[in-house]
Amino acid sequence: MIRYFLMALVLLLLAFTPLSCQREQFRVGAKKFTESVILGEIITHLARGTGLEVPRVQELGGTRLLFSALCQGDIDVYAEYTGTIREEILAGQDVQDAAHMRQILRGQGIGMTEPLGFNNTYALAMKKDVAGQHSIRRISDLTRHPDLTLGFGHEFVDRQDGWRNLRKHYGLSQSEVKGMDHDLAYRQLDAGAVDVIDAYTTDAKVKQYDLLLLEDDRDYFPHYNAIFLFRLELEHNAPRLVEVLRQLSGRIDDQTMAGLNARVELSRVAENRVAAEFLQDAFGLDVDVQQETAGARILRHTVEHLDLVRQSLLPAVLCAVPLGVLAAKQRGLGQGVLAVVGVIQTIPSLALLVILMPLIHWLGLSSIGQGSITAVVALFLYSLLPIVRNTFTGLHDISPQIHESAKALGLPALARLRLVELPLASRTILAGIKTAAVLNVGFATLGALIGAGGYGQPILRGIRLNDTSLILQGAIPAAVLAIATQGLFELAERFWVPKGLRLAARSIKT
Amino acid sequence: MLELKGISKKYDDTVVVHPLSLMLRAEATHAIIGPSGCGKSTLLRLMTGLVTPDAGTVSFEGDVLTKTNALAVRQKIGYVIQDGGLFPHLTAEDNVTLMAQYLGWAAERRTDRVAQLAELTHFPLDGLRRFPVQLSGGQRQRVSLMRALMLDPHLLVLDEPLGALDPMIRSELQAELKEIFATLGKTVVLVTHDMGEAVFFAETVLLLRDGHVVQQGTPQQLLHEPANEFVTHFVRAQRAVSWEAEAP
Repeated sequence: MIRYFLMALVLLLLAFTPLSCQREQFRVGAKKFTESVILGEIITHLARGTGLEVPRVQELGGTRLLFSALCQGDIDVYAEYTGTIREEILAGQDVQDAAHMRQILRGQGIGMTEPLGFNNTYALAMKKDVAGQHSIRRISDLTRHPDLTLGFGHEFVDRQDGWRNLRKHYGLSQSEVKGMDHDLAYRQLDAGAVDVIDAYTTDAKVKQYDLLLLEDDRDYFPHYNAIFLFRLELEHNAPRLVEVLRQLSGRIDDQTMAGLNARVELSRVAENRVAAEFLQDAFGLDVDVQQETAGARILRHTVEHLDLVRQSLLPAVLCAVPLGVLAAKQRGLGQGVLAVVGVIQTIPSLALLVILMPLIHWLGLSSIGQGSITAVVALFLYSLLPIVRNTFTGLHDISPQIHESAKALGLPALARLRLVELPLASRTILAGIKTAAVLNVGFATLGALIGAGGYGQPILRGIRLNDTSLILQGAIPAAVLAIATQGLFELAERFWVPKGLRLAARSIKT
Repeated sequence: MLELKGISKKYDDTVVVHPLSLMLRAEATHAIIGPSGCGKSTLLRLMTGLVTPDAGTVSFEGDVLTKTNALAVRQKIGYVIQDGGLFPHLTAEDNVTLMAQYLGWAAERRTDRVAQLAELTHFPLDGLRRFPVQLSGGQRQRVSLMRALMLDPHLLVLDEPLGALDPMIRSELQAELKEIFATLGKTVVLVTHDMGEAVFFAETVLLLRDGHVVQQGTPQQLLHEPANEFVTHFVRAQRAVSWEAEAP
């Protein structure tokens, strides 16, 4: 029995010994798209300049996640858009103007800077030469050219603030509208297949294809002015930083932002370097950018990934094996346990993360970003089923004769379990742990959705930047790790599965 | 030695053992016999406390068997189950010594006892390090017997110990087993469906049918003073088979 306790202790130590200790004072968040990340890097540079210790920018999926992370103090600052605040964050509240918005946010402990200067909203775009031929500069000019062909992204065709209402607002008479994939629209426009498309005002592609954005002269599109949201406590804790944040107001216009986006997406320059270039140009600040090599990056992701796997898998083993034993020994309870872990398995991963986050926050633990336990808990829950089920099956399949001879010897129940039943079930249990481990390595890529790092990070970044090599930097090591895990367990079988059982299995095969 | 008072057992709605009482004398070999499904294996499990009776009591050496003393009593009973029931993950030696290890016997004491038992059962010493899957059927039965005898039990119980072996090995082992019983001088209870085997081994025979005791007595009593038609029939059927088997 002491041996088993020691084993459990070693597993726990293995699971939770920190591989690196990070003292984090100030955390910057960003949405999972280029512009937001560049803005995050700009703050990171500035904050470091004021002497704060700032870890890597936390890329999180979606407004809700970021805003709640900000409110909970998991991050301290991120870039947001006024339109998004109005439509999503403060949805249902009657926000009159910017001052009112600032006041409501203040009530939640959140500060909002003045607009940075650019407005990332929808716009209509044309090739400059075509626009020149028809002397079109503004959207209202389109009313004079009903013969132009329009090509819009599907979302823009459907949205409230999209085409249908735009048409009414300006009294446009064009009837030929082609719905298409947004990314494809640029190419169609370039090829001359369509004359007008919808675009985002700071989109890198506007620069790439040298397009003209038509002026929204009747003020149709809502404003998506970029601002920074930050925790009000920074005004006391880091007054210099808040000062610096305010200095950015009005310093980044549409063109500048589109240019920065283009540097990242078209020239493939890293976001932190682009941010440094901007600070150099705009403020004459010299920023030291540490460029991470691909090797170092992969190593970092490997460490993060292994962290996720070990912190979830090892405790899962410790819980699932006893649960499996319980399931095998107490029939009624057992069916319940198996049903519950089975149901957990069917919860979609993103849904599980979203369900867990408030729960974990409620427990007073860090629920988001690097080192948060949400992803670990989700992976832990997913790892339970294969181990519980295999432990149950392994014990359940032991023949009645074996049970009877163990009982007939006079061994008490616990000794029977330890000396006879668990060793006999070891092969099946280990197979369950192996399945859980391999699944876990794959599932752990989802940790990136909530900024927990790992191989999912380069994969998501690669998808965002349409960069296959980045995707592969995550996908290949993840696959290799899965195969290595499989191999490791095959090896472990030699140590853990009693020789007699391996011989028996071989004699059945032949 | 072993006394059963009014014990009965039923599974679901089927009565497997009807209320019966019997007493087994010490230092003798007793055979329980009957057609398959007559309840003889259940009776054996009732005697060893592996199955709890619905009614009645089992006393072993004067102590009534209860849930609390069952484990302690079972250590005084050596049990050889039908097809050996060896633990496949342990070597022959570990199978034999598992309980002694659990009870904390010193290694030397264990080795000595195993050597003694190997000699008694004619089990080759080099086979001790083998796993059950590497042993022949006869060797497995010997290991099972050694395991049952390891703690020097007061009662040895065997459930069809030779049932799964082919006839040649079987008759060879029967002779050896009888010799072993004689050497040990212990109380033995043996379950079999073979009248010839019962007669060969036992001083008293208990004939069961559908959970009832049909007759208890010496083999001679069963042969010459059958209690009813069924006894005659059962004994004849078995003799007829053995006569045919002996015919050239």
